[in-house]
Amino acid sequence: MSATTAASAAANKTVKTLELDEIVVRFVGDSGDGMQLAGTQMTNTSAVFGNDVATLPDFPAEIRAPAGSLAGVSGFQINFSSHDIRTPGDQVNCLVAMNPAGLKSNIADLEPGGILLVNEDAFNKVNLQKAGYAANPLDDGSLKGFRLFRVPLDKLTTEANKGSSLTSRALGRCRNFTALGLVYWMFNRPLDETLRWIDAKFGKKPEVAEANRNALKTGYYFGETCETFIENYKVPKARITPGRYRKLTGNEALAIGLVTAARLAGKDVFYGTYPITPASDILHQLSTYKNFGVLTFQAEDEIAAMTSVIGAAFAGAIAVTGTSGPGIALKAEGIGLAVCTELPVIIINVQRGGPSTGLPTKTEQADLLQAVCGRNGECPVAVLAPNTPADCFNMAIEACRIAIEYMTPVMLLSDGYLANGAEPWRIPDEKSLPHLKVTHPAQKNGESEFLPYKRDAKLARPWALPGTPGLEHRIGGLEKEDVTGHVSYDPENHEHMVKTRAAKIAGIAKSLPKLEVLGSPQGGDLLVIGWGSTYGAITTAVERCRAQGMDVSSVHLRYLNPFQQDLGDVLKRFKRVLCPEMNLGQLSKLLRAEFLVDVKSLSKVQGKPFMVRDIVTAIESMMKGNNGR
Amino acid sequence: MSQALTQLTAKDFASDQETRWCPGCGDYSILAQVKKVLPTLDTPREKFVFVSGIGCSSRFPYYVNTYGIHSIHGRAPAVATGVKMVRPDLSVWVITGDGDALSIGGNHLLHAIRRNIDLKIVLFNNRIYGLTKGQYSPTSEMGKKTKSTPMGSVDFPLHPISVAIGAEATFVARSVDVHVKHLEDVLVRAARHKGTAFVEVYQNCNIFNDLAFEYAAGKDTRDDHTVILEHGKPLIFGKNRDKGIRLNGTAPEIVQLGGDIKEDDLLFHDERAPEPTLAYLLSRMHHPEFPEPLGVFRAVQRPTYEALANQQIATARAQHGEGTLEALFDDGETWVVN
Repeated sequence: MSATTAASAAANKTVKTLELDEIVVRFVGDSGDGMQLAGTQMTNTSAVFGNDVATLPDFPAEIRAPAGSLAGVSGFQINFSSHDIRTPGDQVNCLVAMNPAGLKSNIADLEPGGILLVNEDAFNKVNLQKAGYAANPLDDGSLKGFRLFRVPLDKLTTEANKGSSLTSRALGRCRNFTALGLVYWMFNRPLDETLRWIDAKFGKKPEVAEANRNALKTGYYFGETCETFIENYKVPKARITPGRYRKLTGNEALAIGLVTAARLAGKDVFYGTYPITPASDILHQLSTYKNFGVLTFQAEDEIAAMTSVIGAAFAGAIAVTGTSGPGIALKAEGIGLAVCTELPVIIINVQRGGPSTGLPTKTEQADLLQAVCGRNGECPVAVLAPNTPADCFNMAIEACRIAIEYMTPVMLLSDGYLANGAEPWRIPDEKSLPHLKVTHPAQKNGESEFLPYKRDAKLARPWALPGTPGLEHRIGGLEKEDVTGHVSYDPENHEHMVKTRAAKIAGIAKSLPKLEVLGSPQGGDLLVIGWGSTYGAITTAVERCRAQGMDVSSVHLRYLNPFQQDLGDVLKRFKRVLCPEMNLGQLSKLLRAEFLVDVKSLSKVQGKPFMVRDIVTAIESMMKGNNGR
Repeated sequence: MSQALTQLTAKDFASDQETRWCPGCGDYSILAQVKKVLPTLDTPREKFVFVSGIGCSSRFPYYVNTYGIHSIHGRAPAVATGVKMVRPDLSVWVITGDGDALSIGGNHLLHAIRRNIDLKIVLFNNRIYGLTKGQYSPTSEMGKKTKSTPMGSVDFPLHPISVAIGAEATFVARSVDVHVKHLEDVLVRAARHKGTAFVEVYQNCNIFNDLAFEYAAGKDTRDDHTVILEHGKPLIFGKNRDKGIRLNGTAPEIVQLGGDIKEDDLLFHDERAPEPTLAYLLSRMHHPEFPEPLGVFRAVQRPTYEALANQQIATARAQHGEGTLEALFDDGETWVVN
């Protein structure tokens, strides 16, 4: 069945369908309630339907925190629209709360008059108490500012499966699909996509598949028939660039990007890593690509992960390690060795809240200075940052390009928001992808010997592979003489090598594209500058402010070391510069140091991405200050 | 061009670098034996990779003219793992010391061994930190007086062979720097073993811990204080080969041969025993109570990590075909926007 036929079959009551541009729905419940699954299904369905989508999963670090507790609340927010969107949305239009704890910790984000669907079966004394409610909020009038719909999700799910051989506990686990079915009715989503998924997922357990199908349909029919629902909504397809699309999270895009880069370079991926949230999904994904020649190595620790990658690069692989901030701290010495041996390795940091173990499942951008400066000695590496989940694909390829061309470690800074957030990805034409040229010498480059540190025009040294006769050589972490690579403690040579390594990284800038300024490239009152995952919020905020006539522009950095060559010029064309970051001002510090520009920092360090309105407010305040001068 | 294997000699493996160990260091002998062994292994020179960590022993790769990485402290087994996984055709050697392998790098050593990745790990044990000028090491005896322990160390030492056996090693052996022929034989055995080969070499640091292994190295003392392990043979030792090791219950004891006690009463070595019990028992025989065993403690066969990992790739390719970008991109749910 499809939504269209279901809607036309709606009898006995008149349902008004309103058309909207954009809807933000958030599912919240216990971490065992299947909220991530419901959200993912809603995302897939909306994407396949043709909307643009952006998502924000939000889950606790504990796998199963005590049921019903505030600490155990897991959420998934999805924004789907008929136009191009870049964020999961500031305000929630429809909140689906599976229990009192979910309601309590999320109600503040629901817009006034917003739709509130609650599982009234879960609002019992015990759950209310666990959530810290003295009285039942469904009855005490505290929710009167919202359109509250009390739905007996447990009862509906059980009744839909009368006669099922499943235990009541197993049936209970289907209630997320009952809720999803109702949401599908509410927003005119077709059921086909999720029904197909259920069949594929539970093909071997027909009774589980049946129960989930029943739950989904029951939720849908409940919307259709229950008299309290007299209005639903539709969001037309978005006008997006034609092509074949697929939904990707940032971690998926990284994995696919790495395999693609290896193919483009005619090589295989070696991924050495140690499990850590929120980076582990990259390992999971890559370990399914064995028929692409991908070797995954789950090392004994972060240090082994890093150093195994150095060995793999020496042996000729596209060598990659992935981790989060605490892992980078452990890898620092190994990164230093990769800098000194000048081997091409990719280091992915899916940043999370710090310091120390910090907030394992929450997003942050506080590892920028660690990436740029966090090693002993003068130890430069290239640092890149994708700006959307799908951009992780592009930047994975770009990281490989730079690593190979310049024989250097490259750090790729993703974050929890990009890693788990999803968006449609237009599948690229293979011909449009860059060719990554790799050369391994077969002949000596000196008169009678091989010179491992004889450099090319880009200051890169040759990548000679073991097994090549006549090119036997030794590399290591001791300072070496330029050209020959022999161990050298000579003072002049050391300074020369330090400067050469720095110049090599700085020289990467020559290969980078020009900055794209959104707004007024010629300059103006205010430039908003950001990096990485804040792209969506910043761009949306700047577009809104420009629509109101403000002279504000933005530029977004995907290259943090080195910066693009025209960055200094761009900064100087604006009277004021605002830099929103999910840290205490790390990029602004670098910009001030590098360009002597009075950058104003806008900080948010809550484990949550910026809202568009956070940035709009800051822009408005800056503009007032400017006008007041 | 690859040199014809038969032409290679120890000289071909000498690098142009000046060797910078202290005069009289045991490392020279080990280097000489390795250079003697390499040409005999039917492997072209360019297929050897020597990986080391930090410490005196870890300068080793600079002195052999093969591919090499002088890595960072303790991490050589992990670096070598990356090399070997990507290039199983290479002969990959790890040169390490007691501090490098058992202190800062203990974790990597354990895990390399348990995976049975085909690395040749040679641990130069001198029971001291040499490069940092004389602090006690994890193999130093209890009560060791050093610069960092003026009143004597208060930690119990690790025994490398016991550690390796505990980590499920498939090949474990011990030799002495100055037992030139024995060391050469042990290195050849290690090189020919398929899987992790762990070799402890007693090595004299004549500067900071001189004569630490004199009982096992000295011409006058070694016969009475070591016992040479030979597969299938009884444990006999002593200048006059008149003493043996017998099992008393589960404990070894020294017995005098002749009289009532015959060779058949002695403990017979079985390096191929599926269970490591005997090898472990031998690893617990310490000076001065016992003669210390030299030779191969354990040599069993088990699939190697790099072979299994690469086999999975071959299997996946056989099952799903060689991956293509088209298949990579179109995987999962896709839709078309017109």
